[in-house]
Amino acid sequence: MSKDTWTVAGHTFTSRLIVGTGKYKDFEENAAAMEASGAEIVTVAVRRVNVSDPNAPMLTDFIDPKKVTYLPNTAGCFTGDEAVRTLRLAREAGGWDLVKLEVLGEARTLYPDMRETLTACETLANEGFHPMVYCVDDPIAAKQLEDAGAVAIMPLGAPIGSGLGIQNQVTIRLIVEGANVPVLVDAGVGTASDAAVGMELGCDGILMNTAIAEAKEPIRMARAMKYAVEAGREAYLAGRMGRRKYADPSSPLAGLI
Amino acid sequence: MSLIMSDPKTITLNGETRNTHAATIADLVRELELLPQKVAVECNTVIAPRSTLERAPLNDGDVLEIVHFVGGG
Repeated sequence: MSKDTWTVAGHTFTSRLIVGTGKYKDFEENAAAMEASGAEIVTVAVRRVNVSDPNAPMLTDFIDPKKVTYLPNTAGCFTGDEAVRTLRLAREAGGWDLVKLEVLGEARTLYPDMRETLTACETLANEGFHPMVYCVDDPIAAKQLEDAGAVAIMPLGAPIGSGLGIQNQVTIRLIVEGANVPVLVDAGVGTASDAAVGMELGCDGILMNTAIAEAKEPIRMARAMKYAVEAGREAYLAGRMGRRKYADPSSPLAGLI
Repeated sequence: MSLIMSDPKTITLNGETRNTHAATIADLVRELELLPQKVAVECNTVIAPRSTLERAPLNDGDVLEIVHFVGGG
């Protein structure tokens, strides 16, 4: 059996779980959870340095960007221009082109502003970036993003940080079926079964942060997510049985005493 | 580590006003005790590439952003 890998913009990965690095108690817990999750990619944010305390511990001291792929995001950006500016800085700070684009529409739902997202995606692609794009679970928007240069489509399963699980399995499946680039559920996963559902729908991966960071035991949940993503992937590849409306006995009827 | 001093100037750094004698952006980064390889600098909304910081002059009124990676989802 050949190794089951996935490739985005020329980078090949074995783990299909991408984890965030926000909301953790401390860097140690964050690094341990990442280790337990088996993730090869972590999302990171770009923020102003604290000029009053230049010696404060930094993420890069705990999670080595040479060993794990840093995927800089644009979380907190509400316009395409802000997002592009943020990623230009990220490229300068990190020296890589693979980035996560998200342009938010409003603070209450953190739903993406797709008009701004599309424009920013195009700009980034023209500047040589490889944008993986957070988006609505809309198969048409997904196509448009792909046309605009997105190297991965990352629809939300539910609002960011909500932990509600995948709300619309139909649209996620339609996006998967229509895409020529990897599709990853980004946001909304609350527990292991949610991640498995996403993978069973045929997604190439799952991106999550809060589900691990806010679990009672983040490191154990990270491990659970690793198994769930693997189980969901295997189930998808195995092909599930058909659904029946009524029972079908598993033991033979012939030979009953 | 020697800081090259020049005329006093007032800049805006990460949204706050700051007085400095730094002659170049690299001098400023050193003054802040930051490691250039761990940060990215934008000067007046244009990226200042790391390789050019030593010869990028710092001018009175410049608006700088110095960022790095932090935890995020």
